Amino acid sequence: MENGNRGQAELARYLRTVDEVTTELADRRGGLIPVLQEVQSKIGYLPPEVMERIADRIDVPASRVFGVASFYSQFRLEPVGEHIIKVCHGTACHVQGAGTITDAICDELGIAEGETTPDGKFTVESVACLGCCSLAPVIMIDENTFGRLTPEGARKVVRDYED
Amino acid sequence: MADPAARTRITVGLGSCGIAAGASDVMNTLEREIDARGLDVHLRRTGCIGMCYREPIVDVETPTLGKTTYGAVRPEQIKRILEEHVVDGKPVEEWVVREEGRDLPDEGYYSRQVRLVLGNAGIIDPESIDEYAERGGYEALAKALGTMTPEGVIEEVRKSGLRGRGGAGFPTGTKWELAGKQPGDAKYVIVNADEGDPGAFMDRSILESDPHAILEGLTIAAYAIGASEGYIYVRAEYPLAVKRLKIAIADSLERGFLGKDILGSGFDFDVHIKEGAGAFVCGEETALIASIEGQRGMPRLRPPYPAAKGLWGKPTNINNVETYANVPWIIRHGGEAYAAHGTDTSNGTKVFALAGKISRGGLVEVPMGITLREVINDVGGGVAEGREFKAVQLGGPSGGCLPEEFIDIEVDYESVTKTGAIMGSGGMVVMDDTTCMVDIARFFLEFTQEESCGKCTFCRVGTKRMLEILERICTGHGREGDIELLIELGEKIVSSSLCGLGQSAPNPVLTTVRYFRNEYEAHIREKRCPAHACKALISYSIDHDACTGCTLCKRVCPVSAISGERKQPHEIDQALCTKCDACRQACKFDAVTVR
Repeated sequence: MENGNRGQAELARYLRTVDEVTTELADRRGGLIPVLQEVQSKIGYLPPEVMERIADRIDVPASRVFGVASFYSQFRLEPVGEHIIKVCHGTACHVQGAGTITDAICDELGIAEGETTPDGKFTVESVACLGCCSLAPVIMIDENTFGRLTPEGARKVVRDYED
Repeated sequence: MADPAARTRITVGLGSCGIAAGASDVMNTLEREIDARGLDVHLRRTGCIGMCYREPIVDVETPTLGKTTYGAVRPEQIKRILEEHVVDGKPVEEWVVREEGRDLPDEGYYSRQVRLVLGNAGIIDPESIDEYAERGGYEALAKALGTMTPEGVIEEVRKSGLRGRGGAGFPTGTKWELAGKQPGDAKYVIVNADEGDPGAFMDRSILESDPHAILEGLTIAAYAIGASEGYIYVRAEYPLAVKRLKIAIADSLERGFLGKDILGSGFDFDVHIKEGAGAFVCGEETALIASIEGQRGMPRLRPPYPAAKGLWGKPTNINNVETYANVPWIIRHGGEAYAAHGTDTSNGTKVFALAGKISRGGLVEVPMGITLREVINDVGGGVAEGREFKAVQLGGPSGGCLPEEFIDIEVDYESVTKTGAIMGSGGMVVMDDTTCMVDIARFFLEFTQEESCGKCTFCRVGTKRMLEILERICTGHGREGDIELLIELGEKIVSSSLCGLGQSAPNPVLTTVRYFRNEYEAHIREKRCPAHACKALISYSIDHDACTGCTLCKRVCPVSAISGERKQPHEIDQALCTKCDACRQACKFDAVTVR
């Protein structure tokens, strides 16, 4: 990711967010993960400068912050699209054709799994299990879950988000 | 307000599955339409009713007709239900799936179940502490704190024979005793709600449907071992569970079931929620503890066990959601009453998430000792769409796939373990003749390989090598000797890994090799996938005799690989076809064949 094109103002806002969150949460034991979760929920991802600032603020080595952030699948080190499409690949979804759902959505958006569309609108990712196994195959767009999909049905759901 | 018993009550199942199927729209429509008609109806929410295959589900209870359940309810059906059932007193017969006093086909789903843990699920409003209390909630806590010693509580749990429902099956009473005996008063209790097995949703449903039962069980455990602080470690993907837990904690604090001097007993206990950040290995207890402490979730060598040295180095008891949810029932009714259910070595009940190619998928609770056939056929209604049963997968990525020859084994820890599978946390995924066993093994290995924390070499590198072999078999590049290599690697990984993840990761491969070796051989020697599931080994074509030339397949094909005129048989261009399956799913005449 090219840092140069990210505005200084935006970065300053990110760092202010870190300061606010760490002021609120840092004194709790084991607080690193909640801090990362809260910062990411406000910024959307965890750029290097943000992780360094967190390290400074809660007084742990930056390597540990990166170590934790890169260990857990919830944390994103790259910016994501406006809408996150999670395609469930749990066992039930897998046997009901989750692979064809991912293929259809990726084809519809012209990106590969794990990528973000060039207009920054969608990110497509595979997740282990959304726990709605009896509605398989299932996808989740932001907070909304859609079940009993066909490849064609999944395309339609995505198209509805395209405006 | 009028006497609640004399009022009509309408209940909507608002668990995650219900909401995903559209239950929120149904709820909103009900609210609007009841209001518009000025009906005197008590509209309420509940958690998971269990019949996930019928979601969204609406229960209508009138003072004269009793309870009627409607399934697969759409908002546009609400008007008729209100007008005919509520106003005129005539249930809309064609939409009814269950009714008091009648033996409808769906009754089989419930008649074999024994719902101790799920006793409140789908009955009470999970966001109402009053409804929990009305059904005996917090009586167990009052009994434990008021009339029992901590040792007495542990003894009762021991008598019940309850074993860890997370999968390992360690006796819960013994676990509590070990932590209870440790000196010092800084101890912790933890709920492992990091349900990570793909294809399993027991814990999510219990958390969403009856959160107070978990809190009550946890508080009783804390009293028994002498802990004053507890954590609930919930998977990040379960936002509704977190929301309902937070409400339950706030309400319990207000009523004095949590916090300082609980029920005037002098016992103090606080609970915190920790949201996981997405790492399957955190289901392992030492990794989970590391995660609560803010570290990478990597397991460590045991002993010392958490009972001696756990969270922040203090004695800690960890059980999973279902284990704790059993505790209030055991304390209320006594350990012996619980032990009356089940088999000699596995007492009580087990909750299973029935999914996959099954007619009635959902959340079920059955007594230990029931056979797999009874669960799949009697409760689950058999394989979906009348297809042929091939295997049932138990225990997720740590478990195994069992063929028909084992379908009559009893569900208990020992019997299941003997087959090479494990009881696991309760995922039960049914597979039919369209499921490829090599592909399923590859699917699980891909998961465990991704989730391996990397600490142990055999788990980190070995699963990677196994996955590579499985991938080449599935794409038609398998070699002679691959099966033997998989077995060798698998056995080495089992014996050389520190934690449960690595020790069980090869199970899906080892069981499928053992029971479905012919499928592996077909892939390797004949470059053929008998289930027609491995994309590289199949091709799509159109049966000219069955094709009516309706053009539907042509229109859904995303790569324009299908040609043909209206009312003429169509053709698939093999060079363009991506095997996405859209045409086969769209065809109304079964004219698209896969070979």
